[in-house]
Amino acid sequence: MAEPASLKVSVWRGGADGALARFEVPARENQTVLDVVTHIQRELDPSLAYRFACRVGMCGSCAMTVNGRARWTCRTHVRKVVGPDGALELRPLANLPVIRDLAADLTPFFEKWRRARGRFEPREAPDGAVPEDFAVVPPASRARREADAGIECIGCGVCYASCDVVAWNPDYLGPAALNRAWTLVNDVRDGARAERLDAVAGDAGCHSCHSTQSCTERCPKGLDPSSAIAGLKRTLFWDTLFGRR
Amino acid sequence: MSARGQTHLWVVQRVTAMLLAIAVTVHLVTIVIAVRGGLTAAEILARTRGSEGWLAFYCVFALAAGLHGAIGLRAIAAETLGLRGRGADLAWVAIGLLTAAFGIRAAIGLYA
Repeated sequence: MAEPASLKVSVWRGGADGALARFEVPARENQTVLDVVTHIQRELDPSLAYRFACRVGMCGSCAMTVNGRARWTCRTHVRKVVGPDGALELRPLANLPVIRDLAADLTPFFEKWRRARGRFEPREAPDGAVPEDFAVVPPASRARREADAGIECIGCGVCYASCDVVAWNPDYLGPAALNRAWTLVNDVRDGARAERLDAVAGDAGCHSCHSTQSCTERCPKGLDPSSAIAGLKRTLFWDTLFGRR
Repeated sequence: MSARGQTHLWVVQRVTAMLLAIAVTVHLVTIVIAVRGGLTAAEILARTRGSEGWLAFYCVFALAAGLHGAIGLRAIAAETLGLRGRGADLAWVAIGLLTAAFGIRAAIGLYA
């Protein structure tokens, strides 16, 4: 594709009732979407609010809606997402309150991690004491592999912003919190399995998931929250059917 | 409704889905076989009257269909219309059981 000399960037300005503002940014051969936003803030309009930290795909703070789709902007190359005429539209993450411009308020997102009991609760040391011995968790065991599949989440909120069920039901815990819960359900050192399964059950939890898999499709880390949610459903199905809870 | 109650509804819907997968298949195969050589009330009644097997089949079929449909509609109404809450839940369970009761009444009519 021939590179246009400049990018025509529309950027969301203001809060929930804001509007798109247009900027012209020089196109470069190697350029991430975060580079474009940084250029706008440093060279064109210092009042632009956005969030980033690591710039290398570790911290999960720079996610935005790029041309209608939630992405981590620090590792999204402009040439992969730009329209043929150099058009780029940047909005804050969907399904979250807008603080200002490109910064969304992630409080509801992390509050739902808490509600899904996304915190490790050591079985052998509930008072926080250091256990006598190391827990042995065989790497090849089924539970360990299930947990491994989901533990690389960086909490960027891309899955949450991409989830239709979150849009329909504001109480829904969302893919990231449920994925986190599933890693802990499979952590043999954890002592809060029953309480956690209670916390993720029902209409606000895994049972509302339609398995449309936007979360899995869009997770920048290549995780599969959809399968994690299916795992929670499966576990709750058998536990409920046989009266184990 | 509590999360536990919601989970039970979900389990009921999954189990009724499994029953329906079998029941709908039997139902369709029966239709295809039964209409060969014409369809008459007498032929249907000859098959179902006094048959405990068909009575049991249609009772299970009607109960599964009624509950499955109502629970599914409950989720659709909650997500698209925002219709949620205890009153709505009770209404959906009532609609499910009422639908099932109509089906079961018909099955008894074919049996007796």
